[in-house]
Amino acid sequence: MTAAGIAACGGDGDSGAPELTWYINNAIQEDLAVACNEQAEGAYEIEVSLLPNNAAGQREQLLRRLAAGDQTVDILSLDPPFMAEFANAEFLRPFTDEEREEFSEGVLDGPLEQSIFDDTMYSAPFYGNTQLLWFKRSVAEEAGLDPENEPVTWDQLIEAAEQTGTTVAVQGRRNESLMVWVNALVESAGGSILSEESEGAPADEVEATIRDEAGAEAARIMSTIATSEVAPAGLSTAGEEESRAAFQSDDGGFMVNWPYVWTAFAAAAEAGAVAEDFQDDVGWARYPQVVEGEDSATPLGGIGLSIGAYTSEEEAALEAVRCLRSPESQKLYMLTSGDPGAASEIYDDPEVQEAFPMYEAIREGLTDAAPRPISAFYGDVTGSIQQGYHPPDQLSPETTPQETADFIEGVLRNEQML
Amino acid sequence: MSTTVPAAAGEVREEAARGGGGRDVDRRPRMTDRARKERNLGWLLAGPAFIVMLAVTAYPIANAVWYSLFDFRLTDPDGRSFVGLGNYGLILSDPLFWRQFGVTAGITVVTVAVEFVLGFALALVMHRALFLRKSVRTAILVPYGIITVVSAYAWQYAFTPAYGFVNPLFGTDLNWFGDTLPSLFVICLSEIWKTTPFMSLLLLAGLAQIPSTYIEAAKVDGATAWQRFRKVIVPNMKGAIMVALLFRTLDAFRIFDNVFVMTQGANGTETLSFLAYRQTITRVMIGLGSAVSVILAILVVLIAFLFIKGFKVNLAEQRGGS
Repeated sequence: MTAAGIAACGGDGDSGAPELTWYINNAIQEDLAVACNEQAEGAYEIEVSLLPNNAAGQREQLLRRLAAGDQTVDILSLDPPFMAEFANAEFLRPFTDEEREEFSEGVLDGPLEQSIFDDTMYSAPFYGNTQLLWFKRSVAEEAGLDPENEPVTWDQLIEAAEQTGTTVAVQGRRNESLMVWVNALVESAGGSILSEESEGAPADEVEATIRDEAGAEAARIMSTIATSEVAPAGLSTAGEEESRAAFQSDDGGFMVNWPYVWTAFAAAAEAGAVAEDFQDDVGWARYPQVVEGEDSATPLGGIGLSIGAYTSEEEAALEAVRCLRSPESQKLYMLTSGDPGAASEIYDDPEVQEAFPMYEAIREGLTDAAPRPISAFYGDVTGSIQQGYHPPDQLSPETTPQETADFIEGVLRNEQML
Repeated sequence: MSTTVPAAAGEVREEAARGGGGRDVDRRPRMTDRARKERNLGWLLAGPAFIVMLAVTAYPIANAVWYSLFDFRLTDPDGRSFVGLGNYGLILSDPLFWRQFGVTAGITVVTVAVEFVLGFALALVMHRALFLRKSVRTAILVPYGIITVVSAYAWQYAFTPAYGFVNPLFGTDLNWFGDTLPSLFVICLSEIWKTTPFMSLLLLAGLAQIPSTYIEAAKVDGATAWQRFRKVIVPNMKGAIMVALLFRTLDAFRIFDNVFVMTQGANGTETLSFLAYRQTITRVMIGLGSAVSVILAILVVLIAFLFIKGFKVNLAEQRGGS
């Protein structure tokens, strides 16, 4: 923060290069800034400023800076679900049609879809993220499941875990990861949280379709897991790391989580937290189905690179984004952070394939992914879902979807508080 | 630490002096030239600070009251519209507000009551300690020196099921942050641990004010320890007790940090400050959030008013007594 402030006050440094501030959401992104600065040969100089480590905190800080017209926000690492809200408030510089074409080339469908709002690109896809089903091969075998070759449903997973006395680790904590789970379940059941027309609609015309059958199915699966033996301890407060810990423990059987866990397993084995050959027993597959025989809508995350609307270095920022989102940068970032790139071609890279043996599942997940609702009022939508669908053990397929839908609409019509 | 105590006691007396405004009014006509000049000089010296105070408190308060009359979302500046008292109507008719009011009041009553009893006991210990007096006082005050966010994390880690030490220690298997009551229990515990020293410090100041002759006289008359406590000590430190309870009640009523760190408001643990935060910072609904803040401020003033009326303490009289 200090660095950004000084950079802003000091103006151009000795080199005379335009100074850019990049608000990053992961410290590892600094490596890319360094690499691009070298390549730029004085065309620009990127300084990084690290945002809070959770999605909501990142949104709050960026939103407040931009609402105040902060000129130091040149480039932002923006969580895609929040992009529509920023774009609608005119906090982001829209990319031109040519730039859109350039930044769309070779990008997987999921990451591309979530960088467009109102038919305009506001974020250059940087990395995509998708959850996979992780399982212990020994447990799956005991239960007679073969998730790698035979898609499994949530109900099958629950049954298999019950049979084998293991757990199904999911993210039940009341934050953005709960929203990811709810959205994936609703979309996989063939529904959606908001109606299609809600995308560009004003607040009082947004329609919540989670009240339909798919919302009930999501509530049923969530409460079944939470109230049964297969729920890991502390499910209602478990985020990604707690899920990983539950999966790594002796009674861990199945888990849905982001691909970063693969590198984390290796680190845990090295630190002695799990057996040395732990990774050998870990298998992965596509995200579980809700309806048997119907492909799951895989969860989608990631980060897009946007340019702040108030930047005084528009051209330099655009150049910098070109470098930061280049496939080379994406590959470097994927290898160091474990977050999967948005460009299709990097999955053909032998180095990536070696480091991520599940590269094919990731690419598939990023292609068939269902973004979270695209709405200028996403913050209120996710906040309402996180209240309505939490705690998971107290959901009811009969009442939860209806109540949550009413709540979303009530909040957006300013008849209720969140 | 011993220097703090007279200073704190002095503050109470200063308040007493300010409370005696009525007498100053009577004196005004007889003011000498010299006194008038001194008063003018006083205003001149205090003036800049007074103006700064107005700028940093009165202006934001007035601004918040003004904003609270609008439907205004930071991400939708064009949609700004005047709604009069609409925001207040929305808040007061929303069950969410009343539930959070209940949670806040509950936390306040529980923590202040426990802190008062514990704080009084600690104040007596600090007052009567014969040896290691300074060390005892310092040890008791340590928790108060810790930043609330830090202590909140420490308590959260201790009670987290996955890696906390509390469950193994007591042989329990409870997800403390998975339900309303256990979450509130930990939140209150952290709050009590952290601020009891503050309570005891204020009470110690009151204890130090009681002339030892009162207690000796009671002893001579054959009063038991309990009688001395009830009939001599407590009545003579009514002012200090009120100040201690008032300060802590106002603080507790605005509780935020512990809830924010431990549960993020999940499981029905939101408090009124959290509600204001969510509307203003998270939802960037500046109008609605300002209205919640204004209501919170009015409630705080109301509490202060009730305390001062309820205790029937005229701090000005205490000045004559001491």
